Amino acid sequence: MLTINEVRKQFGSFTAVDGINLQIPKGEIFGLLGANGAGKTTTFRMILGLLTPSQGRITWNDKEISYETSDLIGYLPEERGLYPKLTVREQLIYLGQLRGMTRSQIQEQTNKWLKRFGAEEYLNKKVEALSKGNQQKIQFIAAVLHRPELLILDEPFSGLDPVNVELLKSAVHELKKEGTTIVFSSHRMEHVEELCQHLCIMHRGKSVVQGNLKEIKRSFGKKNVSVKADFDLTYLKDTAGVIKHRTTGDGIILQVEREEVAQDLFQAIQSKGFVRKFELEEPSLNDIFIEKVGVVHE
Amino acid sequence: MSKFMTVMMHTYRSKIKSKPFLITTLITIGLLFVITNMNEITKMFGEDDVSKIGVIDRTGETLPALQTQLKQTNDDLKAEAFTKSESEAEKAVLDGKIEGLLILDKDASGIITGTYKAEDVTQQSLIADVELALQQIKNKSAAESIGLNQEQLAAIYSPVTFAKESLSDSAKSEEEAAQVYILVYVVLFFMYMAVMMYGSMIAVEVATEKSSRVMEILISSVSPVTQMFGKIFGIVLVALTQLALFVAGGFLAVKLNGQLSGSESIINELKLNEIPISLIIYALVFFILGFFLYSTLFAMLGSLISRVEEVNNLMTPVVIVIVAAFMIAMFGRENPESGFVAAASYFPLFTPMLMLLRVGMLSLPVWEVALGISVLVGAIFLFAIIGARVYRGGVLMYGNAPSLKLFKQALLLTKQEKKNTTDV
Repeated sequence: MLTINEVRKQFGSFTAVDGINLQIPKGEIFGLLGANGAGKTTTFRMILGLLTPSQGRITWNDKEISYETSDLIGYLPEERGLYPKLTVREQLIYLGQLRGMTRSQIQEQTNKWLKRFGAEEYLNKKVEALSKGNQQKIQFIAAVLHRPELLILDEPFSGLDPVNVELLKSAVHELKKEGTTIVFSSHRMEHVEELCQHLCIMHRGKSVVQGNLKEIKRSFGKKNVSVKADFDLTYLKDTAGVIKHRTTGDGIILQVEREEVAQDLFQAIQSKGFVRKFELEEPSLNDIFIEKVGVVHE
Repeated sequence: MSKFMTVMMHTYRSKIKSKPFLITTLITIGLLFVITNMNEITKMFGEDDVSKIGVIDRTGETLPALQTQLKQTNDDLKAEAFTKSESEAEKAVLDGKIEGLLILDKDASGIITGTYKAEDVTQQSLIADVELALQQIKNKSAAESIGLNQEQLAAIYSPVTFAKESLSDSAKSEEEAAQVYILVYVVLFFMYMAVMMYGSMIAVEVATEKSSRVMEILISSVSPVTQMFGKIFGIVLVALTQLALFVAGGFLAVKLNGQLSGSESIINELKLNEIPISLIIYALVFFILGFFLYSTLFAMLGSLISRVEEVNNLMTPVVIVIVAAFMIAMFGRENPESGFVAAASYFPLFTPMLMLLRVGMLSLPVWEVALGISVLVGAIFLFAIIGARVYRGGVLMYGNAPSLKLFKQALLLTKQEKKNTTDV
């Protein structure tokens, strides 16, 4: 279990992380959300022991994290970095050895992962000759090669095409099944919704929302009503209890305060004409994020 | 394999395999062969290169004397009588049939004069030879005209007997000093080369890892201190490998020279084999310690920059320091007992060169040498500690060109991480 207890990090007068509390059980996928500069990377660097918290404590299985434990941890940094002049093989051997693996272990794991990602032909290619997507795969392999207990993925899906995103997602799922604890950050809400049971939204160093995804959604209260009809629907925005609206190609999406408002809306459109769709939806994580963080992101 | 070894071997292997390493090694060994066998090579080109000058002798008696004189000074220079007119002779020069034209005459008081005409007057050594020969003939005839015989003439020109003896215990004989100076010069030269080549190699290594952002993975798996020293030792191994290749190459080159010329080898000529073993050991010790000192400095500086292009900015001040050491060593050669040189030899960045110079030129008490080595070792530790601290902070920092502000920032960032240093 990863425990982050009242952790603060200050750079001079600037507080990058301000009193974060998290408990992430073994075998869980935990999402850390936040706009750029929210303090995600600083939090990760503290978990990894690259930075020391100004206050508070971070432990993995009740032990302080240091270079003693670094073989148990895997890290995919946000700023991708590999040696451009080394081949994939040399690269993975070096990084694997630095995580305490033997050559034969590295060979075995490398073959397994390259096969899985359909990238076997790149084994003896220099990294600079690979496409960005393939470089990312190699970077991911470097992070998981030594079968870490705790895996930290900083923006793992950014810059990948949809096919590769799926490939990586399934790999993440499989690692979870094998018992790996995974913490990952993203500002792509759909990835977080799909992968995580628990999450934390950070804003300016503080945790603004945290907990179980379903509970967060339920307790958020506000819901969305999506309507599609053959007539103009914009007048619905003036209904009492409607907070926001957004017109789509052939309809409107309204954010409502409570579930009951949806019933009023339903009444209001009944006699107007043919309604193609009327649906009460759970709030999306994106809605919650925008609400809590107060900025539109992607 | 420990992580230190992993970093060290990785650094070593990737450098040894790199093209620049192979190319510089081969070129240097090639140069060694060329330099040591220079005399053989010039012979190869110069064997049939006999210069011929035409002489119009208006004195009617000087030419044979000139020919004998030239035979002694420069065998490849032949003077032949030119029997046709001056304008025809000038034409012959321009056509390249003769190298130059020498007109010999006598002035009013009967003293020999010479005028040398050539297509251009850039062949300094040839002209100097002719002039010297003529000068000697003039001296001789002038001496004869006032009635001096050969013996008297020889007495005038024989050099004075002038011997030098040093009374101070700490001084060494002139010959010894010359040998020492060669050794110091060699060490200085290697030092300069090593710092230029390997120092920048270390800085580039660190900067590359930073700029390719691979640094973050590296420091999440191995402590920056281990990493820094792994790298330094790796580069030291590279340097030793290259040095061994150079020495082996140089040895072969000298051997080859000995076989080709059949005469005494270059080693005997320079009397290098008479250098005391203790001095060679001192030279090695100072070289290795100096190398470590500068390497640590470069690793530290390398961690402060974000891009490989900035390495050159870092090199300049360090190169200036080495050049300064070189200048002081030049000065110290003339005045090894100078207090200034003595004081400078305790400044760690100068110690490797200057202390070696002093050890060689003077008979220093052991404690002075020991103190010098201690200062050096102490400085290495100090630089390593500061370097490791700056490195820790520096590698996570990306920003502007290196400056004192950046240096302080890195230290500050490291200070905050102090707690972790105990974990390392």
